[in-house]
Parts: sequence; structure tokens; C-alpha cells
Amino acid sequence: MNAVFLITRREFAAFFATPIAYVFIAIFLMLSGIFTFFMGELYERGQADLQPFFNFHPWLYLFLVPAIAMRGWAEERRSGTIELLMTLPVTVTQTVLGKFFAAWLVLLLALALTFPIWLTVNYLGHPDNGIVLAAYIGSWLMAGAFLAISLCMSALTKNQVIAFVLAIVVCFLFVVSGSDIVLDAFTQWAGNATVDTIASFSFLERFSAMAKGVLALNDFIYFMLVIGLWLYACQIIVEQKKAA
Amino acid sequence: MISVKNLCKSFGDFTAVDDLSFEVKPGDIVGFLGPNGAGKSTTMKMLTGFLTPTSGHVRVNGRRMSKNATVLQRDIGYLPEGAPAYAEMTTFQFLNFIADIRGLNKREKRERLKEVIEQVELYDVLDKTIDTLSKGFRRRVGLAQAIIHNPQILILDEPTDGLDPNQKQHVRKLIKNLSKDKIVIISTHILEEVSAVCNRVIIIADGAMQFDGTPLQLQQQSRYYQAVTLKLSYAADITGLLEIPGVKDMQVDKETGEVTLFPEQGKYILGPITEHVHHYRLPIDRLHVDEGRLDDVFVHITSHGSHK
Repeated sequence: MNAVFLITRREFAAFFATPIAYVFIAIFLMLSGIFTFFMGELYERGQADLQPFFNFHPWLYLFLVPAIAMRGWAEERRSGTIELLMTLPVTVTQTVLGKFFAAWLVLLLALALTFPIWLTVNYLGHPDNGIVLAAYIGSWLMAGAFLAISLCMSALTKNQVIAFVLAIVVCFLFVVSGSDIVLDAFTQWAGNATVDTIASFSFLERFSAMAKGVLALNDFIYFMLVIGLWLYACQIIVEQKKAA
Repeated sequence: MISVKNLCKSFGDFTAVDDLSFEVKPGDIVGFLGPNGAGKSTTMKMLTGFLTPTSGHVRVNGRRMSKNATVLQRDIGYLPEGAPAYAEMTTFQFLNFIADIRGLNKREKRERLKEVIEQVELYDVLDKTIDTLSKGFRRRVGLAQAIIHNPQILILDEPTDGLDPNQKQHVRKLIKNLSKDKIVIISTHILEEVSAVCNRVIIIADGAMQFDGTPLQLQQQSRYYQAVTLKLSYAADITGLLEIPGVKDMQVDKETGEVTLFPEQGKYILGPITEHVHHYRLPIDRLHVDEGRLDDVFVHITSHGSHK
């Protein structure tokens, strides 16, 4: 467990030793501001809640999380440091977890730095802060799911651009799997059960409940499962590449 | 102890390592030689548990690498090809990270860091990020990283590549001075390095073993081993030289006027030759005994292998 901590600390520091974390956080804050105030019309709605803020998170994450994760394994492979890492006395699982936690913490920091929006709403009215907290937790969980997918894609290639594009495609499928874009392809021939299962994969559907402050256990478990499974896949890919 | 048995590694159709078997005991400093693409690096990657063999296995202290990698890697220090390191870290941060992950406690860490930084001479670059370092310094950081936990087994892939002659000598001395009961395996394509540092040579070509012995045995394979070369001041009758007992062959270099006499296998011919020279008062400027030309042997051994 100590190794996970050491790797997390190294990776986290690496984000800040390069401009990556700063650029990421700055852009995240700018975009979430723009979305909330201009497109979400926070003021015009006349309601003291953060729904317009949270509703855009899946779309923000769709592009920003693959950007922060694409480097994860691809760079390690390109620069050859993966050979160093894999010959240190740590297991693949420990490195996979370490990398995931480091990036997840950067995402947490980015989320935490959106607090001025929360202050604004509290200044203007009396929002239910329990709901806001639940929505923040939900958003962070969803970011973790995006991150696990993106890291797994990064493990597939040594080219960061390819990792980025692959991650966006897979994440996009998960975001929209509840919408007609995906479901129409199945309704023609698949049974209702299949269609419902696919629809239930949708990040958008699950997060829309979370954004309203409903932190249901099944949604929570769903995101944890997505994270767990994609990280497991990531570990298998890293180990397979070792043998090849 | 490392024992390698019937080790094979193929990437698709390409066989990088072909049925390699050998054992390395504590105290051995093995020079791992071979032409580019012979499978040196691939073999080292399997020894350190980075790559999984296609067939055969690597055992360290009797335990299989493929099953116990994380445990066995504790005792191994490894400098991968090209000395990769995290570019955005400073030298000190990097060494500190490696020491932490190697499980050194605070006191050990401070001691070892100090010792290693001194040994490899990294004082000047401790606070520079690794991507700003020159090739030579990067290689030294890689070396420091490999020895920081004082490992029982040290595997170095081209440790002196990119170093200037002073640094090369320094690194060789460092490797020699590591304690006597360790296993050191270094790959190189510099032949002089092998006779300077190693007490055992393994040559592979096309992934297969071509030679395994001491540097002396390697030298003895040379036609020039114990050959005597004379430089005459002016043309003189040298036909008699061939009749000296033990001399097998004679070669005259027309341009320089040097005469080289080759001995029969295992014979030393310097004595009889000097006697002959004295007796016939041959006009000699220079005379030297060859210790064997490793380049020749290397070419002979490795090109022989590729004919298979």
C-alpha cells in the first residue's frame, strides 16, 4: 500500500512540475464558468441551486479528462521509463492505482476550486448545501469513471494523440449510451432487456439524478464498478504488453 | 545466483533470443557481448523480469522470475538501455523516489544517497531537472538509481555509452569496486571494457550463445595471441625465423616492414626468437608481443554464428 502512495505522490507532483495541471485547472474553471453563466443561465433561472453548473460536467469531462490522462501510460512507454517502473519491486496493480489516484486528485482539486460559484449562489439565496455536496461527490465519481477509461486507452499505445482520441470515443459512447443516437441502433433487433441494459450504462442519465443531489446507492456502485473494471482492464493491458 | 535455462523470446516471427542457457554465480562480473540486434537487451529485460520469456525460464536464487518478479526485483539493480528517467524530476527528487520505492528507511536513505551521489559524482546536477542533463549525466543518474539499494545483482545495459573517456574509466572502476560477492552483468560493444572490468565473457549473436569463458580464453582464440612482431631497421635475411621451433607462420607487412610471427597453439616463442635475433645479429628497432586482438576474435565468433 505504501508503494501506491509513493507512486501517487510522484505522479501528482509530475502534473505540477509540468504545466499540465495548471493548464487543465485553468481551462476547467474557465469553461465551467462560461457554461454555467452563459449557457446554463444561472442568474436568469432565478433559482438558488447549482444545476446549471453540474449539468455541463459530463461534456466538460468528455474532453478534459482524456487530455489529462492521455500521458499516463503512453508517455511512460514512449520514454522507456516503463521499463524502469516495471523492474522496481512494485506490482502492476500498485502502479495502475497510483496513476489513477494522482490524476483523480488533480480532478478533485479542479472541482474544489470551483467554490466561488458555490459562494455566489449562497450569497444570492439559500441553496440546499447537502444537495450541492452530493452533486459534487457525484461529479467527482463520474470524473473517476472517465479517468479510468482514459487511462486504459493510454495503456494501449505509446502515442498520446491516439490515446486521447480513443479515450474520447469510448467516453462518448458511455455518455450518450442512453440517448437515441445509440439506442436506435439496437431497438430494431434487440429485445427490451438489452436496450434497457445499454441505456443504463449512460453516464448522462445517472449523473442527471446526481446533479439534482440524489446520490442513490446503485448509481454510486455503478460508477465504482466502471472505475474498477476499467482499471482492471488497464492492468491486464499493461501486463500483456510486457509479454509481447 | 542467476540460472537461465533454454530461454527463448520471439516477437511475432522474429526470434530475438534463441535457446540461451547459462549460470552466473556471485563474484562473476559478466561482459555480455554481441553485435547490435543480437538479443543482449532482450535477454537483460528477461533477466530483470520486464519481459516474460516465450519459453524457458530465468531463476534467481532458485526462484522463477516470472512467478516472483516483485520479490526478486528487490535484490536487482537495473540500468535499462538508454538510461530512461522521469524527465520532469530533478536528479535528487528522482533518486529520492527510487530510494523510497526500494523501501530504504530514512537513515539508510540518507546514507545511501550521500554515498551514491559521491560515487557517481552528481553533486553539480542535484537540483537540475533530468531533461536538461547531458547524455553523460543522464547515464550516471541511471547508474546511481541502479545501485542505490546496494543490490546483490546488478544488470547494466551499456553503462558507459555516451560517457567521455574519463567518465568511462570512472564507471569501470566503480563497477570493479562493488563488493566481490555480487553478480554484475554488463552489456557493451566496447571490447576493451570487457578485459578491463569483467572476469567472464558471454558472446551472443542472433540470439544464440557463441562463447562463454574468461577474457583470457577469448584472447587466446586470437591468431595474434602471443604473436611476436619485429620491426627491422633495414632489409635482412629473415627466412631463418620460420625455422624457429614453435613458430607456425610468418607474415610480412611490405609497407611498414614489420614481421609478425605466429606461434603454434599454446607455445611461447619470444625466447627462441630473441635468441635467434642475437645469434644472427638481426637489426631490430622494435619488438612486441601481442596479447590477442579481441576485435578479430569478435568478428570471427559472431560472423561464424550468422552463417547458421
